[in-house]
Amino acid sequence: MTSPRAAGATFVGGGARSPRRRGALGVLRSLYDRPASAIGTSGVLVFLALAAVGPLVTPYGPTEQVLLDRAQAPSAAHWFGTDRLGRDVFSRVVAGARDILLLAGGGTALAVLLGTATGLWTSARGGWIEEVTFRLYDALLALPALLLALLLLGTVGPSRSSVLLVIAVAYTPIVARVVRSVVLSVKAREWVAAARLQGESPRWILLREILPSVLPALAVESALRFSYAIFLVASLGFLGVGVQPPSPDWGLMVAEARDYVYLTPWSLAFPAAAISGLVVSVNLAADGLGRALRSGA
Amino acid sequence: MIAFLLRRTAFLALTVLLASMLVFAVTNLLPGDPARILLGREAGPAALAEVRAELGLDRPVPVRYATWLAGAVRGDWGDSFATGDPIGGLLAERLGNSLRLAGVTLVFAVPLAVLLGVVAAVQAGRWPDAVVSLSSLAVVGLPEFVTGIVLIQVFAFGLGWFPANASIPPGTPFLEALPSLVLPAATATLVMLAYVARLTRASVLEELRRPYLRTALLKGVPRRTVLRRHALRNALLPTITVVAISVGWLISGLIVVENVFNYPGLGRLLTFAIDRRDLPLLQAVTLVAVVVFALANLVADVLYAWLDPRIRLA
Repeated sequence: MTSPRAAGATFVGGGARSPRRRGALGVLRSLYDRPASAIGTSGVLVFLALAAVGPLVTPYGPTEQVLLDRAQAPSAAHWFGTDRLGRDVFSRVVAGARDILLLAGGGTALAVLLGTATGLWTSARGGWIEEVTFRLYDALLALPALLLALLLLGTVGPSRSSVLLVIAVAYTPIVARVVRSVVLSVKAREWVAAARLQGESPRWILLREILPSVLPALAVESALRFSYAIFLVASLGFLGVGVQPPSPDWGLMVAEARDYVYLTPWSLAFPAAAISGLVVSVNLAADGLGRALRSGA
Repeated sequence: MIAFLLRRTAFLALTVLLASMLVFAVTNLLPGDPARILLGREAGPAALAEVRAELGLDRPVPVRYATWLAGAVRGDWGDSFATGDPIGGLLAERLGNSLRLAGVTLVFAVPLAVLLGVVAAVQAGRWPDAVVSLSSLAVVGLPEFVTGIVLIQVFAFGLGWFPANASIPPGTPFLEALPSLVLPAATATLVMLAYVARLTRASVLEELRRPYLRTALLKGVPRRTVLRRHALRNALLPTITVVAISVGWLISGLIVVENVFNYPGLGRLLTFAIDRRDLPLLQAVTLVAVVVFALANLVADVLYAWLDPRIRLA
C-alpha cells in the first residue's frame, strides 16, 4: 500500500483499471461509449481542426472586403453569405474559431496551471500561507466572473492579451479550491503517511502521491471552465470591451450584425450558432469526461 | 442561531472588505492615469500635476483607500469623471432598476426551474426528463445576447407586443415599467432556468437514492406520498443554495441583458463607466454589485440554517 495505484485498486475491489493506466487515449475512447459525449467530443475536435487549418480552407481573409458582394445571402461562392461590408462570413467564423479557442483555451490553461500550483502547494503545507492565499481567492470570488473581467478590462483597457489574463485571474481561485478540497481529503490517507514514513521528500509526496488523486477532478473542472471561458470571451466581445474590431471575434460579430439583422440575418446567425455549437460540445464532452473518469477510478 | 448569524455576518464583512481593497487596488495600481484620462494625451506635466492634486492622487494609496471607503460607507462616492454629477444619486436609481429586473426574473425563473427540475428527476429516464434535459442543454449553449436579440426580433419587431428598447426614464412607477421589463426578464429567466433546473434535478435524484426512501416504499407508503412528504422536502434544501449561487450567475447575465435592451441598470452603468474610462464610477458600481452578491449569499446561508438545524449546530 505505498502507491496510490495500489490503494485505488483495493478501493474498487480488484479488476477495474484506473484511468491513469488506461491513458489519455483510453479516456478519449471511452468518451465515445455514449452518444451524447461522442457528439460533444466530435464537435470539439471539428472546431479544433477548423482552428488549426483555418486559413487553408477559407476562401477569403477574415477582414478581406469584396465590395461588389456586400450583404449577399449564403450561396456557393459565400457559404455563410457576406456581411454589410462585403466580408465573407464563413471565413470570419473559421478565423474566429482560432481566436476564441486560443483565448479561452490559453486563459483556462493558465488558470489551471496557477490554480493547481498554488492550491496544491499551499494546502499541502497549511499554515498562514494557505490562509492568506485562500482569503485572497475569496476576495476574488466575491466578484462574479464577468464583473471581475469588466473591472480589470475597464482599468487596463481592452486587448487580446488582457482578455487572456482576465480569464486566468477569474478562474484561478475556482481551480485552486477544487484542488484544495481533494488535497485535504487525500492528505490524511494511508499511502501518503506511508510515503512520509519512508522518508520521501515533500516534493515527491506532492507530485507523485497527491497530484495523481487530484487529476480526475481537475480534468473535469478544466473542461467546465473552458466552456465558461468561451462564453466569457464571447460576452466581452459583444460588450465591446474584449477583442476589438475588425477582428473576427464571434461575440463582436454578433454585436456588429445586430443593427443590420433585417438586412443580413446570416451574419448574426452563423457566429451565434458557432458559439452555441462550441459551448454545447464542450459541455457534453465535459459530462462524458466526468463519467469516464468516475467509472474508471 | 444568533451565534451562527453573527459568525456568517462577520465572515461576510471580512470578504466584502477584502473585495473592496481588491477593487481599489486594481483601479489604482494598474497602469492608467486618471489625470491623463481626464485631460487627454496632449496635457503638459504641470496641468497633470494640478489635476492629480485636485483629485487627491498625490497622497499615498492607503490614505486614498481609507478616504474612499469612508466616503462609500456614508454614501458619498465622489463625482463621476464623465458627467461631473455625484455618483451616489445615479447609483441609487440604477441599483433600484437592476433590483426590479432581478426581482421579476427570480419570481418567474425560480418556481418554474424548480418545477422542471423536480419533474425531470421524478420522471428520470422517461420522455419528460429527456425534454427538460435536452432543452436546458440547448439554452445553456445560447449566450444571453443571442437570446435577447432573437426575442427582440420576434416579440418587439415581429409581433409588436413589447418595446425593444427598455430605456425607461428615471422614476417610472413599477406598473408603467412592466412592459419594458418583460423581454429583458424573459432573457435572464431562460438562462437561469436551465442552470437551476439542472441542479435541482441532480439534488432530487440524489435524494431518491437514499435508503430511507426505499424503506418507506417497502413498508407500503404510496410512491406519491413518499415523494411529497420525504424526498422533495429534503431535496429542496440544497436548491436554496443553488438559487443563491445562481445570483452570481444572474448578476453576470444582467450585465449583458441590460446592455442588449439598453435598460438603465447597474450593468448598463458599468459598461458606460468603462467606455468613458470613468474610474470612480467603475469602482462604485463594482463595489455595490459585490455587496449585493454577498448579501444574497448571506440570505441563502441563513435560510438554509433556519431550515436545517444540522448546519447551524455544526
